[in-house]
Amino acid sequence: MERNLTHIALFAALIALLGLIPKIDLISGVPITAQSLGIMLCGTVLGSWRGFLAVLLFDVLVAAGLPLLSGGRGGIGLFVGPSAGYLIGFPFAAFVAGLVVATWRAPIGIAAFAGAIVGGIGILYAFGIPGMAITLGKSLPEAALLAIPFLAGDLIKAVLAALITQTIAQARPGALLSRA
Amino acid sequence: MLTLTSPFRTWAHGVPAWVKLAVLCLWTALVLQAQGPWLWVAMLAVAALVASAGSTFALDWARMLQPLWPFVLLVALWQVWLGAPFGALPVILRMGAVVGLANAVTMTTELAEIIDLLTRLSRPLRRLGLSPRMLALSVALMIRFIPVMLLRHGQIAEGWRARSPRRPGWRILLPVLLAALDDADHVAEALRARGGAG
Repeated sequence: MERNLTHIALFAALIALLGLIPKIDLISGVPITAQSLGIMLCGTVLGSWRGFLAVLLFDVLVAAGLPLLSGGRGGIGLFVGPSAGYLIGFPFAAFVAGLVVATWRAPIGIAAFAGAIVGGIGILYAFGIPGMAITLGKSLPEAALLAIPFLAGDLIKAVLAALITQTIAQARPGALLSRA
Repeated sequence: MLTLTSPFRTWAHGVPAWVKLAVLCLWTALVLQAQGPWLWVAMLAVAALVASAGSTFALDWARMLQPLWPFVLLVALWQVWLGAPFGALPVILRMGAVVGLANAVTMTTELAEIIDLLTRLSRPLRRLGLSPRMLALSVALMIRFIPVMLLRHGQIAEGWRARSPRRPGWRILLPVLLAALDDADHVAEALRARGGAG
């Protein structure tokens, strides 16, 4: 119980810390941040429910006004702006990533990569694209076009999430709560 | 702790947090339905409200809207490309009116007030076995873990620099995470030794 609580708080803090890594601006002006790597790790390391709660904790503090999102952004305004879909989708992305790792008994690195792709990219985009479509007054295919530049960076992050999860499984097997 | 709450006290700081959040919910629902000239009215109303809190506050507020510029530019260029440059205005006004008021709420509400409100709102969850104290504890733990992880990162980076002429970079991310996991385990043990979190 206590261990669940501290690890949930730790991974929520990890998402915030990954936001401090300077963002890389693509030529198209779309920033790539390391923060979605944190979302993926919450799922693949903590598992579905704990991952969901860790990301929810992060979301709650962002909404409460702490500048935890990359670039020092925060506040409830983000939840009604163009990035709202992504923020709302974050906990569900972590949940599904954790679900994949827990149910698919493949080697941990492969399962974590699959979880990061399905949850951290598939589910996250399924929330983020409608969010942009609604707030920017675009159709779904048009909004999907806006999300494509993120894809390359997110694939790299899925590989990183798999490598980190695998290393944790080797170095701290007890900390891999997704398969505990 | 650095927050987005404005240090300049305005009249809106005194309004209870739940009132401001309820007004914001209602406002967002209304503005998302609004059409035509009503969007101008909404945007001007938010601007007037912010201006009523003084010029320093209004400047900070304007600065907080900056992350929206790329989206404004994108929508505008898109509409120009479609051959209807003014088609972008409703979208931009709607975004400004909704995000503008939300930011104003964030800037006039202290973190402690919102945590209090969340603790009160989470009380019904007690029946599911979730103690309201858990929320407060996890918030405190998370905020405390951020400097702890930064400290671990600093220590491991120093260790790296003492041994290598190259910069530490991404290679030390994993040892930082492993050290942080150990820290979390120690905190869990300490919590259990003091009677548990429940």
